[in-house]
Amino acid sequence: MAEAKLLKQDSWPGLFAKLQASGRRILAPRGKPGLILFEEVSSPEAMASKYIQTTLSAKSAVFPRCEELFQYRFEGKDVKIEDRQLDPPPTVIFGLRPCDASSFAVLNAVFSWDYQDAFFKSRLKNTAVIGISCRESDEYCFCTSVGGGPGDTKGSDILLTRQDSGDYLAEILTAKGQELVSLAPELFAEAPSAEKGKFLAQVPAHFEVKELSQKLPRLFDSGIWVEQSLRCLGCGACAFVCPTCVCFDIQDEADREAGSRLRCWDSCGFSLFTLHTSGHNPRSVQSQRWRQRLMHKFSYFPERLEVLGCVGCGRCARSCPADMNLLEHLQAIMEAP
Amino acid sequence: MDQLRKKARELLESGAVKTVIGYGEGSGKAVRAVFIRQPEQTEKLILDERCRQNLAVYLLKPEVKNLGKPAVVARLPVLRSILELAAESQLADEQMVILGISPDGQLLDLAGLKAVADYVSAQSLELPPPEREQLEQIEKKSPAERWNFWQEEFSRCVKCYACRASCPLCYCSRCAVECNQPQWISSASHARGNLEWHLVRAMHLAGRCVNCGDCARACPVGIPLNLLTRKLGEEVFKDFGLRAGTTPELKYALATFLPEDQEDFIR
Amino acid sequence: MAEFEPKIVAFVCNWCTYAGADLTGTSRIKYAHNVRMIRLPCTGRIDFMLLLKAFARGADGVIVSGCHPGDCHYTAGNYHARRRWILFRQLLDFLGFDTQRLHFAWVSAAEGAKWAETVNSVVEEVRRLGPFQNYQQLARAGIE
Repeated sequence: MAEAKLLKQDSWPGLFAKLQASGRRILAPRGKPGLILFEEVSSPEAMASKYIQTTLSAKSAVFPRCEELFQYRFEGKDVKIEDRQLDPPPTVIFGLRPCDASSFAVLNAVFSWDYQDAFFKSRLKNTAVIGISCRESDEYCFCTSVGGGPGDTKGSDILLTRQDSGDYLAEILTAKGQELVSLAPELFAEAPSAEKGKFLAQVPAHFEVKELSQKLPRLFDSGIWVEQSLRCLGCGACAFVCPTCVCFDIQDEADREAGSRLRCWDSCGFSLFTLHTSGHNPRSVQSQRWRQRLMHKFSYFPERLEVLGCVGCGRCARSCPADMNLLEHLQAIMEAP
Repeated sequence: MDQLRKKARELLESGAVKTVIGYGEGSGKAVRAVFIRQPEQTEKLILDERCRQNLAVYLLKPEVKNLGKPAVVARLPVLRSILELAAESQLADEQMVILGISPDGQLLDLAGLKAVADYVSAQSLELPPPEREQLEQIEKKSPAERWNFWQEEFSRCVKCYACRASCPLCYCSRCAVECNQPQWISSASHARGNLEWHLVRAMHLAGRCVNCGDCARACPVGIPLNLLTRKLGEEVFKDFGLRAGTTPELKYALATFLPEDQEDFIR
Repeated sequence: MAEFEPKIVAFVCNWCTYAGADLTGTSRIKYAHNVRMIRLPCTGRIDFMLLLKAFARGADGVIVSGCHPGDCHYTAGNYHARRRWILFRQLLDFLGFDTQRLHFAWVSAAEGAKWAETVNSVVEEVRRLGPFQNYQQLARAGIE
């Protein structure tokens, strides 16, 4: 259904205005180099002009870091539960990189695995993605090693690619994308050429991910995990910047009369994550937690959900206070005996 | 750097230590902590302006302890962290060899915690003017501006606890934020939870923080949370005359008192 | 609209201020009813996290009170507490937290009148400041 159009750079303000007029909120990268986050913007001028990748991913649009599931109230011996109205604001995420756009499918695989998560689903349904393909990459990027690419269309409803002229090739990929175009059809001109390869970053592929997935189960008892994670501090930065990390913690915040049940981001990097009530912790040291993180993404996910738990955005490595470089570690695993 | 490599090599060859915790080249322009166990690997050790991570944090990590007795590369903040950890009975003299590094990158001969304490006492621990100014920038704001400033900063906090994990002095096996019977402070990363977390973290480090700045460097979303502990460190010195990480004896400002402690706010 | 009645939580030590407040009552001294008292063994036990809890539950003001210096039932609990308060107040101030919401006092078992005065003046001050909106606005912020 892909259709190629041309979106002039000076059409952006018009597009933003139309999107807003339709009642959609626009989330786009904002901030200064080194700290760029997806925030609500009203005009393209507010966007960060240059960024390879944002600091945090856009997953909070569909999986907020702290989300209320319901409220409850004690009435005599009864508990009265007030469900939430699921009416998330219609949202357009603008300027998402292709790796991030593809991450929604990973989140969706988990949230619709054995249970349809209404909270996530309603947000996802109300979210459209206008991606921008990458003309630049850095040494942390490895999308091409995990099945993606700097111009990959997976997960985007519209994918924009900046041409040398400064105008954008717009690939309209889904019905949601068509709907956005129909808000401002006059801004989308006929594209003289749909060729975009020459405008994309060159991201070398470093390993064969299927081989990696097949190899990992054999390495469960390998010493490589201890070796790699010696400098890992055990914080949750990698998980919280990750577009596909999906673990959460349920917290009841309550007093004697009433309470609220919250779903909050969590990380398998924390020792508390697996601590049993008995005091036993099956993953008592960091190396076991590091192994879990990699196994989960590259072995358990493909095995159970038929998706890879990593899109190669490189955020975990960029944000790590101890310079744990995922790509480097995956390469080492490929080379391990 | 050559001195350091030579010394590290000697220590490993003689078997005096089993691992040398130092800095090596990392991804791109970054440096990272390295754990050198073979004499010939000591060539990987580097020492330059980028080498700022507080390596004392690794001295308490189980897997690093399993490697055997370590030597640790230690600039002033690391030396102070080691003293503070020793004062809190987390480290003892015979547990490690300290490869002290002077501000100009020279290897110091610091045999034992006593020598470290003597060295640290001879250093100026006054805040450098730029660090002082960062505090003043905030102090001169009105209370409402300060509130808004910190609320804006804390709003980015995702509770990844990189601040806690990177801090050598945050070694509790169960942190206050994880004590949930009752839940003293909210573990959620909403506005109240974030304020509570940063308040509690700062208070629990008051008089213990050596101002290495690793918490802020570790923060993925750039919250200058080291200013909170720095501020309290300065207040502890001003009010009680104590500085953290100057002696292996316990002199924790909040574990002691003077009858003549001054305040002007109690009715 | 009804006049704003401040909610005040008082954390007091068992030996001095709680007994002092008892004396206020037995002396038939009337004072503002806005205060909810929580008795703890000693001011040394009054962790700052308790104060945060009070604010989180909607307190407009908090009073912390115990034995005068030198009078602690456990010899030095109040001296330790004093150091903690000194730092805690400075931290709160640095964060822009309104320190007029948090009051400290030494009230002995013989100072029934001082307790009444303390409560009355705190209630009046907090009444003037109004509801602690800064903190109460935090309650829902950041929850989606």
